[in-house]
Amino acid sequence: MTAVELTAPKRSSLDFVLRARELGIIIALALLVAVTVISNPRFLSGQSVRDILLNTAILAVLAVGQAVVVITRNIDLSVGSVLGLSAFTVGTLLQNNPGLPVVLALLIGAAVGGVCGVLNGVLVRYGKVPALVVTLGTLYVVRGVTYFWAGGSQINADELPPGFLSFGNASLLGVPMLVLIALVALVVTAVVLRNYRVGRELYAMGSSPQAAQLAGIPTGRRTVGAFLVSGALAGVAGVLFAARFGTIDAAAGTGMELNVVAAVVVGGVAVFGGSGTVWGAALGALLLTTIGSALAVLEINQFWQQAIVGGLILLAIGADRLVAVRVAAGLKKRGSHVG
Amino acid sequence: MSAELTEPTRVGRLNNLANWNVAIIAITVLVLIIAAASVDSFGTGQNFGFLVLDLLPIALVALPMTMVIVTGEIDLSVASTLGLSSAFMGYLWNANQPIETIIPLCLLLGAVLGAVNGFFVTVLGLPSLAVTIGTLALYRGLAFVVLGDGAVADFPSVYTDWVTGTIGSTPIPNVLIVIVVLAAIFGVILHATPIGRAVFAVGAGEQAARFAGIRPGRLKFWLYVASGVISGLAGVLWTLRYSSARADNGAGLELAVVAAVLLGGVSIFGGKGALPGVIAGVVLLGSLQNALRLSDVSNEALNVVTGVLLIASVLGPNLANRLRRT
Amino acid sequence: MAAQLRVRGVSKSFGAVAAVRDVSFDLHPGEAHALVGENGAGKSTIVKMLAGVHRPDAGTLELDGTALALTGPADAKAAGIAVIYQEPTLFPDLSVAENIAMGRQPLGRFNTIDRAAMVAQATRLFTRLGVAIDPNRPARGLSIADQQLVEIAKALSVDARVVVMDEPTAALTGVEVERLFAVARSLRDDGAALLFISHRFEEITALCQRVTIMRDGKHVSTDLLEDTSVDEMVRRMVGRDLDALFPKQDVTPGATVLKVEGLTRDPVFKDISFEVRAGEIVALAGLVGSGRSEVVQSIFGVDPRDGGTVQVAGKTLKPKNPKQAMAAGVALVPEDRRQQGLVMELSIERNVTLPRSRSLSQLGFLTGSSERRSAKEWTERLKTKYGRLSDEVGTLSGGNQQKVVLAKWLATGPRVLIVDEPTRGIDVGTKAEVHRLMSSLAAEGVAVLMVSSELPEVLGMADRVLVMREGRLVAELSRAEATEESVMFAAMGQEATV
Repeated sequence: MTAVELTAPKRSSLDFVLRARELGIIIALALLVAVTVISNPRFLSGQSVRDILLNTAILAVLAVGQAVVVITRNIDLSVGSVLGLSAFTVGTLLQNNPGLPVVLALLIGAAVGGVCGVLNGVLVRYGKVPALVVTLGTLYVVRGVTYFWAGGSQINADELPPGFLSFGNASLLGVPMLVLIALVALVVTAVVLRNYRVGRELYAMGSSPQAAQLAGIPTGRRTVGAFLVSGALAGVAGVLFAARFGTIDAAAGTGMELNVVAAVVVGGVAVFGGSGTVWGAALGALLLTTIGSALAVLEINQFWQQAIVGGLILLAIGADRLVAVRVAAGLKKRGSHVG
Repeated sequence: MSAELTEPTRVGRLNNLANWNVAIIAITVLVLIIAAASVDSFGTGQNFGFLVLDLLPIALVALPMTMVIVTGEIDLSVASTLGLSSAFMGYLWNANQPIETIIPLCLLLGAVLGAVNGFFVTVLGLPSLAVTIGTLALYRGLAFVVLGDGAVADFPSVYTDWVTGTIGSTPIPNVLIVIVVLAAIFGVILHATPIGRAVFAVGAGEQAARFAGIRPGRLKFWLYVASGVISGLAGVLWTLRYSSARADNGAGLELAVVAAVLLGGVSIFGGKGALPGVIAGVVLLGSLQNALRLSDVSNEALNVVTGVLLIASVLGPNLANRLRRT
Repeated sequence: MAAQLRVRGVSKSFGAVAAVRDVSFDLHPGEAHALVGENGAGKSTIVKMLAGVHRPDAGTLELDGTALALTGPADAKAAGIAVIYQEPTLFPDLSVAENIAMGRQPLGRFNTIDRAAMVAQATRLFTRLGVAIDPNRPARGLSIADQQLVEIAKALSVDARVVVMDEPTAALTGVEVERLFAVARSLRDDGAALLFISHRFEEITALCQRVTIMRDGKHVSTDLLEDTSVDEMVRRMVGRDLDALFPKQDVTPGATVLKVEGLTRDPVFKDISFEVRAGEIVALAGLVGSGRSEVVQSIFGVDPRDGGTVQVAGKTLKPKNPKQAMAAGVALVPEDRRQQGLVMELSIERNVTLPRSRSLSQLGFLTGSSERRSAKEWTERLKTKYGRLSDEVGTLSGGNQQKVVLAKWLATGPRVLIVDEPTRGIDVGTKAEVHRLMSSLAAEGVAVLMVSSELPEVLGMADRVLVMREGRLVAELSRAEATEESVMFAAMGQEATV
């Protein structure tokens, strides 16, 4: 046998597929914006863009957490309810303690969400109940608990401290605070997932749970950790929700899980784990939010929004399957050769 | 090697299924007795009528859902199919179509919606969880597109009265006939026909089923169609019961259906389950909700019960299994 | 020579089943040690103990004289024990380089993963192994052989001192086996202790210096390979002589029942043509991976085909239609009993009657009694041992499971019986029963097509031997022409060196 000189391609086919996927969303986004702007130039006005970004921020934070869970071949359907519980908890606290610093409010929100996430993770991992069943259950349990607690009451903007509300509208260097927080969550999660061993282990678990076990990855802790991240981010999203809208009742965030799952799937995170990035998930959130705003500008019936979300999910998983089949065929041909 | 190693647990699981079925039926009876004894108006004939009407959509949709889950798949779009069927019914009624044309068209619509799910799952081979989450959003969205957020009422009283009415002067509601007939049909198909045998075989070992001449794709496709038709029917009955066609009818019902089916001892992983258990699961869930509602617990808070039961239905047998092993 | 790894008196039970009882042997550095035994002898349990997946109930593992307490796969890895499984356990979505480095990725600033170093490491390892696999490509789509090379690179990357290979060659072609062996030898010569598990004696003699034999979970013997012979090893494995295993009734073949012409499925097999006549047993021989199973699955219709025709008694079968094949009288006892032959979680009676549920129904309904009656009849005919017919088929032993598969298909009254590795992983007694059964079926006029990797079985049972190599039919040998040498020569082609 002779040694073989290897010329490793600069960019792997793996990266290429992922890039292409994210590029696809960006192109779709550009087309959408172009069409909408032609029909109504004010779509790109400062206020309109600001609104889209603010709405995206909340959805993107949820989508980042969801992506972490989906990458491990699980799903977290409870995020909408967790957002509601966190928003109501923080709202109630602020009502009674107007002096509470915003940072503390964010931490409390994250803690409330984190507890829910750990509960999900423990039931999935140690109760051996599929994530779908667990989080479908906690979706209703957490929402029910919020209703129990809130009764019919509602927290209005005038009951919240002005400092908190202004945080919802504040900007730093022209970028809204909420968007900055979402960006921080996005970048930190992206770096951990891509560049740290912990992150790669999450991908490994989603790619092959069996192999992960044999490779000595502490799958139990990692699973609970992924749900913890998703829960905590949903909790943070709850605080952002409270700051942005100012009005909180027990129904806050109802049905949001659907948009979150849609954002993640549209963003190219494989439903069966192991691939996709939080960048894609965040882009998916941006696309969905932009569609919502564009519908209003184009004077299309708002009722189309949900149908479009559903259609996009089907389109995304269908397209991913077709691409995967072609890539797999290509990879098979590139076998190794004995030197 | 693993053949011998898994032996004890395999035997255990088989027994567990039988045990769980007996247990769930016993628990259901117990809950009915306690509710009748402790909640004042629970045991009345009038409440029985309400109970059955409340159960109706869950009971109907749980029948095809049982078969779908036994094959190892899931259909989360059932409640949206129900809603779209209801919205479509309202739309056609507004367009002055006769109700005798509308009802078959709604069932046909259900079949088409089910076929769309079936196409994505069996022809394109996509995961049913993702597909039906997608169609959950799509069908509900289309329901709003069709009908907006208004309501259509004034359906012919002959039909609405029949749905809310009882058999003669007995307290037995007419719709119980629908439930019993369909449950019998689905029960027989699942437990006493070659189709039923194939359903279990596909869920427990799809490849081996293929090697025995069964076509898993075709089977699953038709199960999704059945799921769509029954959901469409549930939409029609829901609309007639409240004499109100709305796009948000039945929202969230998929949870109760999945909970009832799992509670009834059907394995979420496929291959195991029995229809009598599912019926008991439906009755248990429905009567618990009914009794709590009579005790003035709010609708939203009832969801806590449903959610907890859903998790417990899978967690319970798992924990029991583990305790038994140690 | 000091032992590197000592296995001392280990035992392991699962429930009531004792998988391994008081087994001891030593692995030495720079030596390849074969572990042989029939299926169910406990080899895999030993492997899993070394991998840290199972913990021994009693006994110890010692590495360099100190006791090892492996609480999980991570411990085994840290101790320098690498395990290469029959079916490699890679992460399909991750790059090859990352698969090799998982859990031990080289770190750079702020403890981030240094990707360039990771890729360089993989490239270095592949250069050392003499293979060209792109470290940046995802593991998805790699051939089994390449996946195993990645596993070996993984072992190299941790400087594993003990390398366990659990039937690594089962799915490889001849060339790939040679390449794997070259790598294994160099590992061994660099001072690693190898534990090699295989069913193929020619491979054991080609690679190993020492052999440990296990039977029924117990240690039988450990010898230097030069002090023993293949016959002796087989005798110890099975506990008795192998003669009289292959009863063969002479038959006069009748009319052609199965006729296959130009059957092609790119790139798995090409232009396969042959006939099987009534009363004949025709063996389809060749190495694993030569396309034999795919051919029979395509004939039966569970696999697609690109071209060619299949006729049963003059009737042409449509592609991809097992139902029609069954109706025409074709039965297939597939290779993988657990995945393809049986629905493990269903009862014995449901499994036996699954292909016939329609014909057993009355007016389309099944009450269970006709199935029970039929299942009882056929399992008794095949002398199947079971508790109750309603027991899950997974609770049976391998041999009895195979009898259930045979019962399931014989009950359909086939004119063409295709059996794929009919005696793999079943005990010797049952093996003889299966052979007797096939022989008497042929005598009754059934056309039998048998895929088998066991040469004695092929030579003992078949009237004619067809040999496949790399997807093509390369030889047809009559009973008189077929010998171990002639079949192997055809199966491995000109460049064969074993």
